[in-house]
Formats: sequence, C-alpha cells, structure tokens
Amino acid sequence: MPGAIYAEGLVKTFGDVRALDGVDLDVPEGTVLGLLGPNGAGKTTTVRCLTTLLQPDSGRAVVAGLDVLKHPNEVRRSIGLSGQFAAVDEYLTGRENLQMVGQLYQMKAKAAKARADELLAQFDLTDAADRTAKTYSGGMRRRLDLAAALVVSPPVMFMDEPTTGLDPRNRQMLWEVIKQLVSGGTTLLLTTQYLEEADHLAHDIAVVDHGRVIARGTSDQLKARTGGERVEVVVHEREHIPTAREVLGGFGKGDVTVEEHTRKLTVSVTGGAKLLAEIIRELDVRGIEMDDIGLRRPTLDDVFLSLTGHVAEEKPEENGATADAPAKDRKQKKEATK
Amino acid sequence: MSAVTDALRVAPTGNPVSQSVRDSMVVAKRNLIRMSRIPEMIIYGLIQPIMFVVLFTYVFGGSMQIGGSTSATDYKNFLMAGIFAQTVTFATASSGAGIADDMHKGLIDRFRSLPMARGAVLTGRTLADLVQTALTLVVLAVVALLVGWRVGSNGPTNAAKVLAAFGLLLLLGYAFTWIGALIGMSVRTPEAATSSGLIWLFPVTFISNAFVDTSHMTPWLRHIAEWNPFSATVQACRVLFANPGQSQSGAWPMQHPVWASLIYSALIIVVFRTLAVRKYRSATA
Repeated sequence: MPGAIYAEGLVKTFGDVRALDGVDLDVPEGTVLGLLGPNGAGKTTTVRCLTTLLQPDSGRAVVAGLDVLKHPNEVRRSIGLSGQFAAVDEYLTGRENLQMVGQLYQMKAKAAKARADELLAQFDLTDAADRTAKTYSGGMRRRLDLAAALVVSPPVMFMDEPTTGLDPRNRQMLWEVIKQLVSGGTTLLLTTQYLEEADHLAHDIAVVDHGRVIARGTSDQLKARTGGERVEVVVHEREHIPTAREVLGGFGKGDVTVEEHTRKLTVSVTGGAKLLAEIIRELDVRGIEMDDIGLRRPTLDDVFLSLTGHVAEEKPEENGATADAPAKDRKQKKEATK
Repeated sequence: MSAVTDALRVAPTGNPVSQSVRDSMVVAKRNLIRMSRIPEMIIYGLIQPIMFVVLFTYVFGGSMQIGGSTSATDYKNFLMAGIFAQTVTFATASSGAGIADDMHKGLIDRFRSLPMARGAVLTGRTLADLVQTALTLVVLAVVALLVGWRVGSNGPTNAAKVLAAFGLLLLLGYAFTWIGALIGMSVRTPEAATSSGLIWLFPVTFISNAFVDTSHMTPWLRHIAEWNPFSATVQACRVLFANPGQSQSGAWPMQHPVWASLIYSALIIVVFRTLAVRKYRSATA
C-alpha cells in the first residue's frame, strides 16, 4: 500500500525543458519528507503536480489514497497547501481571510467562523485578527497563510519553502508550529533550500536536482554516504602537536592531518561521543592543553556537494525578496529554464 | 483520528450548481470587502466618466450635428447613453487588474488548491465588479441630470423603459468584465492588465454611435460602427430613454437594438466565460 503521498515517474516539460524528469516519491502516513534542492531543481513543480495545480505530462500520483489526476477535487478536500509566498488577501482581515478559506472548503459559515477563531488563537494572531493583513509583518503573514492551509486540518500538507525570507526568530517560531502539526499525525511534504531546515524537520530527505530525485534517506544516512565523522583538536602549544598526533592516531582510523599554523589536528573516527570522551581523557593524562576539541559530522552542505558536484546555490536576491512577487516570476522562469 | 472529524466538518459535495453559486458569492463578498477598503479606486473610477460628461457637454455641445440639429441640449441628451455605455465597459480594466493581481500574489494558486467550483473565482470577481458598475451608473446618472440630461426629450418613455435601458447597460458591463477576466488570466501583472484592458476599448467605444452621429462617417467606418456590439446597446438606450440622435440606418442591430444588445452581451459572456474559466483551470502563474 502506497504512502499518504506517492508519486511514480512524474514528468513535466515546459517547452523543451524537462522541469521534472521522472520524480518518484513515497511518504508514509504521519511522516515528514523534506524535498531538498537548489532553485530550479523542480521542487515547486513537484508540489504543484501533487496539489492538482499542474498536470504532469506522464506519471502517476496518489495523495491521501486518491489518484490526483482522476479525482482532483476529492484530493483538494484532503490537502492543505502553503506556498512560497504568503497567499492571503491583504485587504481582508486575518479573520476574514480564514473564514473565506473555510467557506471555500465547503464549511458552513458558522463553522468557518468558529474554526477561524480557533486558528487565530493557535497562531497567536488573536490580537491582530481584525486588522487587514496588509498591516501584518512578514512572519505574521506566513503564520496566517499556514493557518489558512490548516483550516480543515487536512491529513496531508504541502509546504513550499515555508520559511524562505523569514528572519531567524520567525523561522524558529514556524518550525515549532510545524513540529506540533506533525506530532498530531499530519503527513507533510516540505520543500526547502535550507539544508538545516530539512535536517531539523524532516524524517526523510529526498535530494532533487535537475528534475530528478538523486538521493534519499534519513539525514543520518545521507551524511553517512558522504563519509563518517571526524575529531578535530586544536592544541594550545605547538610543541604538543607530535604527542597529540600519536594519541589521535591510536584512536582514529587512517592518517591524522595536521595544520601546523592553526595547531589543528583532524582524524576520521567511528565511535562518536564515547570515543571523543576517551580521547579527551587520554590527552589530559598526557598533559596536553587544548584550545578546542570536537566531533564534527558532515553537514548537508557536504552531502549536496558530494551528490551533485556543485554547491547548493542560494541566490541572495531570491531569498531576501520573497515577499515581493516579481521574485516569483523570476524564480518560476528559472525553474522552467533549468 | 483527526481525519474522521475533518470528513464530518467538510460538507459533502452538494449539487454542483448550488455549490458554484455559493462559492461565487463567497468570492464576490471578498471582492466587495476589498473594494470598500480601497475607496480611492471607486473614486478614480468615477472621476473619468464625470469628466467626460462635463467635457463633452460643454466643449463638444453646440459644435456637433445630431440628426440635423446643432443644439447643445440635443447633443447633451444624445451623449449620455454613449457615456453610460462607455463607463460600464471600463469595468473591464478593473476586473482584469483584480484577477491579474490575484494571480500575481499567489491567491489563484490557493483557490485552485481548494475544493471549490472552478468558475467561482472569476464569477465572484465579475459579480463584485457588477455591483461597482451599478454604483458608478447611479452617480453618473445623477451628474447627467444635474448638467441637464432628460429622458423623454424626443418622445414618450416610461420608468420601465428607462430601467430596462439601465439593465441593458449593466448586462453589457457584466459581459465586458468577462473579457477583463480573460485578460487578467493571460497577462503577468496588474499593470499590464489595466493598460491592455483599456487600449482596445478606445477604438471600440469611439468607432461607434456613442459620441457622434454615424451618418457622417465614411461608409466602411459607418458599417463597422453600426455593427459594433457596443453601438447596439447605445442605440437601445437612446430608444428606451427617448433621446435624440437614434440611428436611422437599415443595419439590423440599429433596427432591433434591444435584441441586438441582448444577443451580443449573451454571446460575449458565453465565449469569454468559457475561455477565461478554461484558462483558470490550467493556470500556471
């Protein structure tokens, strides 16, 4: 039985550009899949195909047990979509926005009203409920947009770059909301170009590039593919380097690399924190003073680099200017031409 | 677990027609709230036609020959049907700009991801524009009366006929907002929708019987003017208002202006609604 979100061989071409080149996905119920990739990789196009906004040229997609191409309207009843750009009517108040969405989900006016109040409280927008969304900050708009996607507490949620363009505080806040949501059993597909975000929120990660899923697995599995962990030591005195090298050589595997001028020694290890403790003890016994020591795991940045041969490019103008819509045109053009 | 309560919360799909009506009303309400919060849009929408009334009345009045008369009063009474009709067609631009704005801001994506009737977003917008057009017409009619326009200046008429004329005007305006809806779905920005919604309206409203007597036009131009859908409504209003300058041409729309106006408007609605909704279904921002 396929998961709550299932896609098989999704292909979508715009002109002679293959935006999706055979995307396969399977997200078990109640889990979070992070779709990770740079701009133009095909993340948004994938979400648009799965949320009935775009018809794929070929392939099959099943969401919440329903075929997306055969029963689009039934699928729409079971999903919530929060896009890249807070899609709220800025001339309506927060309350009016949520009521409208509720009614368009076919709720009765009264039920829509009650649900709007509930969501406004949940998203800390009660005080701003009767102000037009135009007066909201970027973070508030995002929260309102997310609330709108949750009006019917859909079992399956799609979030397209939910925190792009938010400041760290608002990002943290949104992460908390997302975690809460997932703990309630919602299945979530989330796209992001922030490697940290996928690491933080997703159970599984699918890395996309040029319209294909090029790797999948848990964050740890992907990191393991890139190479294991390593211990880095910075000694206080330069004359301690040979002794430290001897100690590290005894615990690690392979050669110890030494940077003389920074007094930094690095060695690959298996054994994690326990081994680190042993190394610290041994260095201490030998009387070696340390400025710094740590266990370093590869970041998803390293993962991306090793998988694609290029760094996950983050164009500053596109990250910064998300509230303004021209960025969207640029971005989508890019998504199409890539 | 929550899936069960949600299934109860969302009403089952009822009759598709009543769902469509309900959804359209929800969207219309949303657009009317929006309009009420941007009053300057309504005010600007009024300034232009009022300016036209005043300018045409006092600048052109007296230099124009209407049915052999150069009286300023005759021109004034002739003119208003034309200005009313031109004003209602200008709703095209506001409709197009509103829809392009929704596209641009990602709202159309949100609507398209909701289990709502497919045509409702556009129908709701055109209905809201219809309300705005009606308000504009009321204000404009008052201004026209103030500068001296009178119904029945050229024969007998009655309240029913005058109301029927306003009905035809509203229908024409409603039909043109569907052209605006198609434009709004087709262009990338609200600014483009406003200008591309207006540019073609100038030839349509000027190559017509709205401001001048078509019998003075060169034959080929006169032919276009007399078959122009817009002219049919203007002629129908003049007949129903009993205002001067009714075309004596043998062209069918001039001979049967009320029917011609109804048929033209209905045709425009059917054609452009079909095209605009099709575009909405496959919209890719």
